[in-house]
Amino acid sequence: MKFFALLAVSVTWCLLIYAARDFPDFAVPDSPANGGKVSNYFLEKTEENSHVPNVVTAVLADYRGYDTMFETVVIFTAGIAIMAILRMTPGGSTGSGALPPAVPRRKRTFDGSELIVSGTCKLLIPIIQLFALYVIAHGHHSPGGGFQGGVILGASFILLAISRNLDAALQRLSEKRYLMLASVGVLIYAGIGVMSLLLGANFLDYGILSQILPATDAAMARSHSMLGVEVGVAFTVSAIMFAIYANLSTAGELKNGL
Amino acid sequence: MQEFLQQTIVANFNYWIYVTLMMIGLYAMISKNNLIKKLIGMSIFQTAIILFYVSLSVKGTTDEVSIPIIHHHQEEAEHADHGGEKKGAAAAHHEPHAIDPTKYANPLPHVLMLTAIVVGVAILGVALAVSQLLYKDYGTLEESEILAAIKELPSDHG
Amino acid sequence: MAEHLPVIVLLVPLFAALINALAGSADERVGFPLTVAALTASLASAVVLLLHVVAEGPISYFLGGWDQISGIGIELRIDTLNGLVLVTVAAVGLLTAIYSCQRVPEDTPGRVANFYTLYLLLCTGLMGMTVTADAFNLFVLIEIASLTSYGLIAMGSSKRGTYAAFNYIIMGTIGASFYLLGVGYLYIATGTLDMSDIHATIITEGLSDSPSILVAFVLITIGVWIKMAFFPLYGWLPNAYTFAPSTTSAILAPLMTKVSIYVMIRIMLTVFGSEYVFEQLGWSRLIVALATIAIVAGSVLALAQKKLKKMLCYLIVAEVGYMVGGVWLADHNGLVGSVYHIISDAFMTLCLFLAAGIFFRRLGSHYIDELGGMFSKMPVTMAAFAVGALAMIGIPPTCGFFSKWYLIQGGIASGHWEYVVALLFSSLVNAVLFFRIFEVALFGSKPAEGHGHSDDHGNDHAEPVKIDEARPATLIPLVATAAIIILLGVFNGKIIDIIQLTIPAGSIEIPAGTMSGHAAPK
Repeated sequence: MKFFALLAVSVTWCLLIYAARDFPDFAVPDSPANGGKVSNYFLEKTEENSHVPNVVTAVLADYRGYDTMFETVVIFTAGIAIMAILRMTPGGSTGSGALPPAVPRRKRTFDGSELIVSGTCKLLIPIIQLFALYVIAHGHHSPGGGFQGGVILGASFILLAISRNLDAALQRLSEKRYLMLASVGVLIYAGIGVMSLLLGANFLDYGILSQILPATDAAMARSHSMLGVEVGVAFTVSAIMFAIYANLSTAGELKNGL
Repeated sequence: MQEFLQQTIVANFNYWIYVTLMMIGLYAMISKNNLIKKLIGMSIFQTAIILFYVSLSVKGTTDEVSIPIIHHHQEEAEHADHGGEKKGAAAAHHEPHAIDPTKYANPLPHVLMLTAIVVGVAILGVALAVSQLLYKDYGTLEESEILAAIKELPSDHG
Repeated sequence: MAEHLPVIVLLVPLFAALINALAGSADERVGFPLTVAALTASLASAVVLLLHVVAEGPISYFLGGWDQISGIGIELRIDTLNGLVLVTVAAVGLLTAIYSCQRVPEDTPGRVANFYTLYLLLCTGLMGMTVTADAFNLFVLIEIASLTSYGLIAMGSSKRGTYAAFNYIIMGTIGASFYLLGVGYLYIATGTLDMSDIHATIITEGLSDSPSILVAFVLITIGVWIKMAFFPLYGWLPNAYTFAPSTTSAILAPLMTKVSIYVMIRIMLTVFGSEYVFEQLGWSRLIVALATIAIVAGSVLALAQKKLKKMLCYLIVAEVGYMVGGVWLADHNGLVGSVYHIISDAFMTLCLFLAAGIFFRRLGSHYIDELGGMFSKMPVTMAAFAVGALAMIGIPPTCGFFSKWYLIQGGIASGHWEYVVALLFSSLVNAVLFFRIFEVALFGSKPAEGHGHSDDHGNDHAEPVKIDEARPATLIPLVATAAIIILLGVFNGKIIDIIQLTIPAGSIEIPAGTMSGHAAPK
C-alpha cells in the first residue's frame, strides 16, 4: 500500500508540476484568469449594479448566488447527515466499545478555576455574538458576510458549551430550535429567489424585488436582498456549526460529554 | 542552474508549494493506517487546493493592489472638502466611477474558495461522524484492525 | 412559468426537503407523502421540459438574469441529452421513493425524517448536476449528491456498511477534489467557468496544445472516473452499495454512476470538444482497452459472488465499462448507444436492486442459494426481476438489447474488436449468472425453511406453495420499472431520435449554439 501510494503521489506530482510550468507567474495582473472579461466585469460593474463595494460579497450573493444557495444546502446536508449517522437506536448498532468519556467527569467542586472560566466566558459571549452580527451586517463594506458571521455566532454557543456544559447551551439552542433555524436559513435564501421568480424575473434575480421593497431602485434592491440572503446563510451556518459540535462531542446523544 | 531556478521555481513558487502540500495530503489519505490521520491528510489535501485558487487571484505584491473592496479615497476626500454632507457622499456613491481592475485582486477565486471551504468543513464533519460510528462498532480506529474484525463478522450479517 | 422549468425541477425537491426537516421533527410521517408529491411534481416538470426541448431546441436559463457577458452568472442549459437524463433521475427517484414507504421505518428506525430530507437533497443534487452548465457549480452539486449518499449509506445499521461509507468518503473526496483542481486549471488558462465559454476560449485562444488544458482534462476525467467507479478506481463501490439500506442502494446504484457518466460525456463534448478529446489526444485505444478490462473484470468478479446484491454491484462495474468504452469509441453509434445505455441501465439496475431488496427483506439473507422456490412464492416480484435480468443480458424487446446493439455497432465501425468481444462475453456471463438464479428460483430447494435436502423436486409438490407477495407499495414501483424497461425497448427508435437531436447523426459532437435543424448557426 505504501509503495502504491508513493507511486501514485509521485506520478501526480510530476503531472501537476508539468502543468505548472505553463501557468502564468505568481502575481501577474494580466493572466487570463485575472485580466479576463469575467473578473474585470465584476470589478468594474458591481458598484453600478448593486452599490456593494465588497465585490466578493456581490459575486457570492448575487452573480453566483445559485452556487452559494447550494453551498448553504451543503452545510445543511452535513448537519442532517451527522445527526442521522450518529443517532443510532439501541437496537441498531450493538457496538463492542462505547465511546470512552472524552474527559473524566470532574466533580463540580469550587476550585476557583471554574469561576474564572465561566465568568470570562459570560463576559465574552455577548461580545462575540455582537461582533458576529456586525460581521454579518457589514459584509457589504468589509470582509465578512453570512458564512463568516455565522461561524462566529456558532462559535459563541460552542464556547458556552465548553465553558459551562452542553446542557446550558442546549437550553438556549435546543435540537428542535437549531434544526428549525437551519432549515429556515435555507428557506430564507431560496425564498428570496422564489420571490423574484414569482414576480416574473429569473430565479435569484434580485433586481425585480424593487417592486415590493419600498423606495428602492433595482440596484438597491439587489443590495438589500443580498443582506437578506446573508442573514439566511448566517442562520444555517451558525445553527449547523453548533449542531455538528453538539452531536460529535456526545456521539449523537446530546448528553453531557464534556 | 540559477536561471532555471529563477524561471521555473521562483516565479512559480506558489504552484510548487501547493503541489507539494497536496501530495503530502494525498499520500496520507492513501497510506495511513489510522482513520483520523487519513482525515488530517484529507484536510491538507483540500486546503492545498484552496491555496492554489487563492494564490492565482493575486495581481501584485505591492501596496497598490488591494483586496477586492472598491474604495474611493479620492472622491471621499473631495466630498469631505464640501463640508462632509451626507447627501453629497451618497450621491457620489451612486455615480459610476471608472475603476481600474488591476488595482484589486481577482474576486472570483475568493468566492469559489469560500464554497470549497464550506464543502471541506461539511465533509470533514460527516467523516468524523462516520469514524465515531466505526469506533463504536469496532472499538478501534486502525484500519488494519477494522479489516481484521470485518473478516470475523458473521458472514450473513451486513 | 414554462421558461422557469429548468430551475423549478430542482427547487421542488429542495423546498420539500426543507419543509420535511421543519415538520419532520414533529411528525416523521409527513416524509413519505411529501417526498412522493415533490418528486411527482419534479418528474412532471422534467417531462414537460423534455418535450419543450424536443420541440423547440435547447433552453438556456440564466440564474439571477446575468446574461450580459457569458460567464459572469451561472447558466442552466437543457438540451435533449440532459433532458433525458433529468427525466430518468426524476423517474428513478420517484419509483424508489414509493418503494421506500415500508422499508425506511424498518431500516432506519427513529430517523425517518432525516432519511427523507437526505433523500430529497440527493435528488436535488443529482438533478442539479444534470442541468448545470457551469463547471464550478457542477462541483458544488457533486458534493451535495456525495454528502447525502455518504450519510444515507452510513445510516444503515450494518457494520460493514459503516466502513464502506468511510472508504467512500475518502475516495469520493479525492475524486471531487481532483475535479475541483481540474476546474481550477481550466480557469487559470481560460478565465471563465461557463462550460461552453471555456470551450470557445480554448478554440479562439488556441489553447488546445497547452499543458494546463491537458492536465485539467486528466484531472477532471480521473475525478469523474472515481465517482462512477470506472475500472481501476471501483474499489469503493461494491461494499458501499451492498451493505447500504435497500432503499439507499436502490437509488444510488442506478443514479450515482449514471449521472457521473453523463457528466463525463458533458465535459468531454461541451467543455473540451470532441476534436480535442478524440483527435488531438488520441487516447481512444488506451481507454477503450481499459473499458474492456473493466467489462471483463466486472463480469468475472460478479461470477465469483454468492451474494445477490454484491453480484449486481460488480455488474455495475461492468456496465460502467460499457458506457465509458462506448463514449471513447469515437463513433457516433457508440456515443448514442452510451447515452441510451445510461437511461436503460438506470432502469435495469433499479429493477434488479428493488427486487433484491424485496428478496432480502423476505429471506433475511443476501445469498443467491436461498432464493429457492421464489418463482412460486413471489411470482410477480420474480417476473419483474426476470425482466430486469433479461434486459441486463440483452434480450429483445427489452431496452438492454437495443443499447448493446448500438454499442456493438459502434465498436465494429471503429474497429475496436476487443470491446465488441468483451461486450458479448459479458452478455454471456450475465446469461450464466441470471439463469443460475432462475434455476435456483424455479427448482431450487428451500434451505431457509429447514428441508435440508439439496435436490428435492418432490418437496414443492408435497406441500402447496403459498403465494406470499410483497406489499403493493413495494410491488408497484418494481412492476412499473419492468414495464418501463420494455417500453424503452419498444420505443427505442424514438429515444435514439431524441438523442440525435443533440448529437446529430454521423457526428460525435454537440454543435455549439442551438441544435441542428432548429436555428441558424452563429
